[in-house]
Amino acid sequence: MLEVINLTCVRGTRLLVRNLNFTATANQLTELRGPNGSGKTSLLRILCGLSSPAAGEVRWNGKNIRSLGEEYFGAVAYLAHQNAVKDELSAIENLRISTGVAGNSLNQAQAQEVLERIGLKDRQHLPARVLSAGQRRRLALARLLTSKATLWILDEVLTSLDDAAVSLSREFMGDHIKNGGVAIVATHQDLNLSVERVQRIQLSP
Amino acid sequence: MFGWVLWRDLILAWRHRADVLATLFFFIIVTSLFPLGIGPEPQTLQTIAPGIVWVAALLASMLSLGRIFGNDYQDGTLEQLLLTPQPAYLVVFAKVLAHWLVSEVPLVIIAPVLGLQFGLSQNTLLIVVVSLLLGTPVLSLIGAIGAALTLGLRAANVLVALLVLPLYIPVLIFGTGAIQATVNGTGTKPWLLLLGATLVLAFVFAPWASSAALKISVE
Repeated sequence: MLEVINLTCVRGTRLLVRNLNFTATANQLTELRGPNGSGKTSLLRILCGLSSPAAGEVRWNGKNIRSLGEEYFGAVAYLAHQNAVKDELSAIENLRISTGVAGNSLNQAQAQEVLERIGLKDRQHLPARVLSAGQRRRLALARLLTSKATLWILDEVLTSLDDAAVSLSREFMGDHIKNGGVAIVATHQDLNLSVERVQRIQLSP
Repeated sequence: MFGWVLWRDLILAWRHRADVLATLFFFIIVTSLFPLGIGPEPQTLQTIAPGIVWVAALLASMLSLGRIFGNDYQDGTLEQLLLTPQPAYLVVFAKVLAHWLVSEVPLVIIAPVLGLQFGLSQNTLLIVVVSLLLGTPVLSLIGAIGAALTLGLRAANVLVALLVLPLYIPVLIFGTGAIQATVNGTGTKPWLLLLGATLVLAFVFAPWASSAALKISVE
């Protein structure tokens, strides 16, 4: 369970978010809405512990994420705006290495299975540099599938995905939430996930 | 996890072999220019050899510092590395180790061959290798701090030189001291011990300092 308490987020000299309070619990989707530049990405980066808030705190299961440190990082999967895909590595190498670095090893056969599910099986040995924007996004999504994290923090998941990939990622997110996961998703579109508990947080410009 | 970070950086370096070779050739060319420019006087060459080998090694290692974190910062993989459930200094240490293996070890291997141009004896060449083996990891460790601090800045390459070169001075003094001592026939042991002490110090503090700098740069 993630608690956000009196959180204030400042970027440069701009005050983006002031005294934000919310709780994201298991089996629940938290949708973060707001126009461009309203601080969605800055807020998500604070939630995953990459940057620190100007005031207030974020707690994971009752403890401040700053004091949890690496223990918290093990529970979080962050899909940023950037795909974090290495151009020089092939799709399968990207997947296996990023999973290994995150502490869950994946053998060749398992990696192929995941790539098949995400629709990149026939591209698995191509260097990521030649993949299209949508395919690179799919590769970033594949990383989510291999992570054992409870908390998913996703920034604009559906960017540059085609219809098939959009419905696939809806399915993943729905499954994750139904299996006791927590998801915080910044989005401009309606996600229309088949989950019962959805909370919306609207950031003002 | 440590192994995966190391493996990843080694594969990436292999895919960018040209960059690695450029560092090595820079080292070879710089050290070869001096005997050509100064002339074949063996006495002079032997006197200047330690300084030239070490200064060339410092400059060559500077060239590759930007690659430790730069590319990962740009494509967003650095954030992912920092979000893994392991202390950030371990990630830094794995990357520094990869940098040393890829950019510094080739210099250590080629150094005795280059030393022949300066008319160094076999015994002196051995000390050249030993001093480089002890000193070059310090260059990678300290260099990583500079690379982490200047991440994402515009004049990063110039700034990293200004930040890091002064910190390289102890290594330069101890490294050249050791080689000079063999040439003169005085004891090399104290110099090598000092280099070893610098390595231990850098090994303990540098990854920690770099990871703190990285967290600031990524924020």
